[in-house]
Amino acid sequence: MSAVTAMPPKNYEVKPKLDDHGQGMCELLEVSMGPHHPSTHGVFRMDVVLDGEKVVKLKPVFGYLHRNHEKIGENISYLGMMPYTDRLDYFCSMTNNWAYALTVEKLAGLAVPERAEYIRVIMAELTRLQNHTCLIGFFVQDMGALGTPMMYAFREREKILDLFESVSGARMMCNYMRFGGVRVDVNDAWLAQAHKVVNEYGLFLDEFEAFLTANEILLARTQGVGVIPKALAVSASLTGPMLRASGVNYDLRKVDKYGIYSRFDFKVPVGDHGDIYDRYMVRVLEMRESIKILQQAFRDIPAGPVMDPKSKLRGFRPKAGEVYGRVESPKGELGFYLISDGTPNPYRFRIRPPSFINLTVLEDMCLGHNISDAVVILGSVDIVLGEVDR
Amino acid sequence: MFTVETLEQIKARLETAFPAARLELVPNECPAGDRSLLVDAASGFAVATFLRDDAALKLDFCSNVTGIDWPEKELTEKIKVRQVVDGVEKEVEEVKKTVRPGFLEVVYHLYSMELKHGPVVLRLRTQDRTSGTHLPSLTPLWRGAEFQEREVYDLYGVLFDGHPDLRRILMWDGFAGFPMRRDYIAPDDFEYEPTPHDEVLAEAKKHYPAEVKP
Repeated sequence: MSAVTAMPPKNYEVKPKLDDHGQGMCELLEVSMGPHHPSTHGVFRMDVVLDGEKVVKLKPVFGYLHRNHEKIGENISYLGMMPYTDRLDYFCSMTNNWAYALTVEKLAGLAVPERAEYIRVIMAELTRLQNHTCLIGFFVQDMGALGTPMMYAFREREKILDLFESVSGARMMCNYMRFGGVRVDVNDAWLAQAHKVVNEYGLFLDEFEAFLTANEILLARTQGVGVIPKALAVSASLTGPMLRASGVNYDLRKVDKYGIYSRFDFKVPVGDHGDIYDRYMVRVLEMRESIKILQQAFRDIPAGPVMDPKSKLRGFRPKAGEVYGRVESPKGELGFYLISDGTPNPYRFRIRPPSFINLTVLEDMCLGHNISDAVVILGSVDIVLGEVDR
Repeated sequence: MFTVETLEQIKARLETAFPAARLELVPNECPAGDRSLLVDAASGFAVATFLRDDAALKLDFCSNVTGIDWPEKELTEKIKVRQVVDGVEKEVEEVKKTVRPGFLEVVYHLYSMELKHGPVVLRLRTQDRTSGTHLPSLTPLWRGAEFQEREVYDLYGVLFDGHPDLRRILMWDGFAGFPMRRDYIAPDDFEYEPTPHDEVLAEAKKHYPAEVKP
């Protein structure tokens, strides 16, 4: 009797084993996960073909929340589209606003005052903090840690949303930025409160990490699961933490240096293995870098106006032309492609949604894994259906 | 444009590499925007392969795929014509009307993640908007175009030859028409109201002419 038992094969064979007559010995089961499923983060469906518990085929099905934002954009004025961008990725309305404002500013040749640039950076980094925190909460919940981590995350998120509410009037649908600046200035009391929240955020992250980063269950469920090789990540146009976890150093804050990001001293965390754990870790480290950026912004923010005096809110008609603008939103590269024909409405209004394109490789990540892993893999992509389906 | 080469240099190199390709620089009236490179559909795939694999460009990242609908448009142009009016030869301004045939356009924004430059904007145009809406799919080159090309097919009706899985993506299977086209008419989703008035009344009369009393 040999003491050594064979290790299970690492790469699962996708084809079912055949008997002598060419018939499959196991039956494949087709499961429709969603559109109403607690793990799909909204109305999203995956058509999964299972061999036992292994995923053999997985096709995502979109469109349950489709309302054709791009068509709305063609039939509404430039400014009128600003509140609609809040509803794309409703976790990160501030960065959505920024991406759109940045594109229109490029199109119309508007400048942004110094103070408004700092406020934009502060808002974007606060957004990044709360988005990544919530995402980790959700995805730990997908692994079965019901409730507690998500409530911790939501407790912290609420502090940031309170800041957003006090400055823009809305927790999530902020509609805060305008072409050539921001809608209202922030006062010193707000800045002091925001500074306090940011100072305490590091302590919260320490606490969060103490529970999660070396957690045995989290390590077992995430390490080596849902791996994306570097070449595939680049070819599949992945962006954001998904891309950087696969080892590609590409952050638009460093590459494009839009806004005033060239002034800040921060690092871009890059993963090594491209698995779920690296995606988790990249997000945690990104939050730490965001805190660094925020501290510098609070230190350096100058006084001054927050709107370009040349910008026109009413009767805004940019000259004909086309422009593509993009920012590093928490989920990846959020881009807007606008074609103007000189009328008050854009001729073409295109949104490049990061989480929609990040889902391109969902099947590649899930093949050969258990169905329970597919849930965690989807959680690690960080999708918001408002943006995926538009 | 952040690339080391200008678009003219890229075009010149492409012209030597592909003598048969018809390339054109499309100007952009917006000063901050990028000009784009229009390629004919037949050599689109070869040109895109060149852009991806060329050592100086290495455009490995296809960021954005956009469909655009350009319906048939009447262009008016004022030209001066010499005419004999009342026996005297005069220079008269005349409006000349030409019809630009409609087409669908797909725009690719290409960047390089390795060399961190871009974008090079690549445009492909279909023959027309009805029967000749075929274009080569660039999904075999950039996987990231897969869902985006499906979306362009879904909303505009561009048929991508060589796409591995060309199905509708945002609209449901069996949906007729292409909703992002400029001439698309949305279905009349009239809901019944017991006491219709104003526009609702007009709609109601259209739907239930026999039942609705003014």
